[in-house]
Amino acid sequence: MKARVTVTLKSGILDPQGKAIEGALKSLGVDGVASVRQGKVFDIELVGADKSRAEAVLKEAADKLLANTVIENYRVDVLG
Amino acid sequence: MKSAVLVFPGINRERDMARALKLASGHEAKMVWHAETSLPNGTDLVVVPGGFSYGDYLRCGAIAARSPVMDAVRDFAAKGGLVLGVCNGFQILCESGLLPGVLMRNARLKFICRDVHLRVERSDTPFTRGYNAGQVIRVPVAHGEGNYEADEDTLKRLEGEGRVLYRYCSADGLVDENTNLNGAAHSIAGIVSERGNVLGMMPHPENHVEDIMGCTDGRGLFAGLVAHLERAA
Repeated sequence: MKARVTVTLKSGILDPQGKAIEGALKSLGVDGVASVRQGKVFDIELVGADKSRAEAVLKEAADKLLANTVIENYRVDVLG
Repeated sequence: MKSAVLVFPGINRERDMARALKLASGHEAKMVWHAETSLPNGTDLVVVPGGFSYGDYLRCGAIAARSPVMDAVRDFAAKGGLVLGVCNGFQILCESGLLPGVLMRNARLKFICRDVHLRVERSDTPFTRGYNAGQVIRVPVAHGEGNYEADEDTLKRLEGEGRVLYRYCSADGLVDENTNLNGAAHSIAGIVSERGNVLGMMPHPENHVEDIMGCTDGRGLFAGLVAHLERAA
């Protein structure tokens, strides 16, 4: 089973990398970008086919390691 | 002072640290591999040194913070044992939950490798008793992620409880925007845990301990720890 965990910075947390990317886009002439926040995507393959079990495993993975919940939020998507 | 220096894959400052500890205490530090589940008997001080544990993969210090030896360090700290984390060690201590907050990318996104001045905020702690309150010391930094951040409540608590021990400043002790090299909240360079027995700091005091290094301002930190432990014994 395939799944995706998306980790993003909480709002209010300063993101210097996102700011630099935002500046680079502007200097490239890419119009219409108001702001950029950088995050991380983890594509994960799971053993077994139980969706609720998969969600529990991914939540555990995110809480224990993938995200630092002091500054980051995460979203779990089981893609099937 | 019997010290245990933790070694993770990718750590590269452990020998500098061991040398500084030997110089201050006369005792050879024990190197403890990350896969160990216990600390050497009689350990007085655990040091989490600097470097790039696990290549800074995922987040700086994130993977090292979850290695087996860190459970032993958590138990040691819970019993009041002294823990010092420098640079990547500070990041590891934050990731392991032993210290609050997080070290973010430097505000101007550059890796900073140079000497900085630090103001010692108080002298009545095991980690600062080798200095006077308000004293300015010069030590090197070498980091890309040293921008300390925490939520407002945590910062208020750190300040209210006097847990900020070291702050970036000018040569004459002025703390302002210009001397805050990495954008850290409140110019924080080093903080202690609630109980005061775990210190995390970004600068490297172990690299200013011998005349050949051009400065010996870092000695006070180690001498203070030795003095603290001798008095406690």
